[in-house]
Amino acid sequence: MTSGLWELVLTGTWTTVQLLVLSALLAAVVSFVVGIARTHRLWIVRFAAGFYTEVFRGTSALVMIFWVFFVLPPAFGWQLVPLWAGTLALGLTYGAYGSEIVRGALNSVDPAQREGGIALSFTPWQRMRLILLPQAVPEMIPPFSNLLVELLKGTALVSIMGMGDLAFSGNLVRLALQESTEIYTYVLLIYFVIAFLLTRVMRGLEHRLKAGVAR
Amino acid sequence: MNWDWGAVRDFMPQFWEGLLVTLQALVLGSLISFVLGLVWTLLMRTPSRWVRWPVGVFTEFVRNTPLLVQLFFLFYVLPEWGLTFSALTTGVFAIGLHYSTYTMQVYRAGIEAVPAGQWEAATALSLPTARTWQVVILPQAIRRVVPALGNYVISMLKDTPLLMAITVLDMLGQARLFSQEHFRFTEPLTVIGVAFVLVSYLASVLLRTLERRLVR
Repeated sequence: MTSGLWELVLTGTWTTVQLLVLSALLAAVVSFVVGIARTHRLWIVRFAAGFYTEVFRGTSALVMIFWVFFVLPPAFGWQLVPLWAGTLALGLTYGAYGSEIVRGALNSVDPAQREGGIALSFTPWQRMRLILLPQAVPEMIPPFSNLLVELLKGTALVSIMGMGDLAFSGNLVRLALQESTEIYTYVLLIYFVIAFLLTRVMRGLEHRLKAGVAR
Repeated sequence: MNWDWGAVRDFMPQFWEGLLVTLQALVLGSLISFVLGLVWTLLMRTPSRWVRWPVGVFTEFVRNTPLLVQLFFLFYVLPEWGLTFSALTTGVFAIGLHYSTYTMQVYRAGIEAVPAGQWEAATALSLPTARTWQVVILPQAIRRVVPALGNYVISMLKDTPLLMAITVLDMLGQARLFSQEHFRFTEPLTVIGVAFVLVSYLASVLLRTLERRLVR
């Protein structure tokens, strides 16, 4: 492979990393908002959050991406920059999975802890912020770590829309080289390395967060 | 928003064709992943390190890299090696292979959940290894893993549109074809979006029934 082709692969890797970070941030926000809403005391809030989760988990991420790219522009007159369109589709889809993790972790906190908060006459928001979340968040890290790897793999989907991510630049290089085995092996290895680093970082984070919680 | 029911009607014949391909890919992909996953699990339990190590590395690699790139890999690399299959065959195999690395974890957990006493009883009855697996361990393990396997079937359903990238005309492939010909995106994409929700809902209902049957 020539240096020009390597440069293409590196640019693609950078786009993939950017997309990963942005959509992970959006997915985290969606996860917490929807996940906490699913434990709300009003049934209408719980229902709305549950509906969101079902719809976004039920459709394919790729169909969602197509929808954001092709249906949103004529329907609402929004034409999004590809990076933002990809972020939106991936963040909303994987956020729906994340919301289940948040809900599960919140439900796994000992009910006595909540009752303790009530006895101290904390407001619901104080209970969430000071009692429930600090205990639930460390529990969320391992499933979130899996989800992050899934999200990384999901970013490859935007290449179908012609966004210059790692999978896309891999295809360009294949066209230039006519040497599929080599280039796809490199591309797969790069994805694997990123996934490996992600799981490492998340494991470190888990250790740190669990150190602060007495069990 | 301008919604045109005429476009929905025109899309329907293509939609049914696409749905058929999607379901075909789903069923065959699931079967491959169930079988291969069990093969990996059993290989990982062999005493030889020379078997376990490569299988472990390979499955870890497949699990942590995107299915889309794996599809491209198989679609473009296999012909270079002199193996030519249809796009659908390649796609179904890729999905099955990818998900076998997930089902393998499920089987492992299921097998580990079989109480140790069952193994000991099999030893006490001096059942041969193959027989132990066949009549004692697997029937109990499989029963436990059905719900988790069902979740992966639904994940697989949602990954079948990827096959479009290697020219398979599944639901999404047909929707794209239709939108290129008629320049209408909203209707076909919404129709298949709804179809995905419906199929995954139906699948989860079916799986829950199956679960109840098996657990009884």
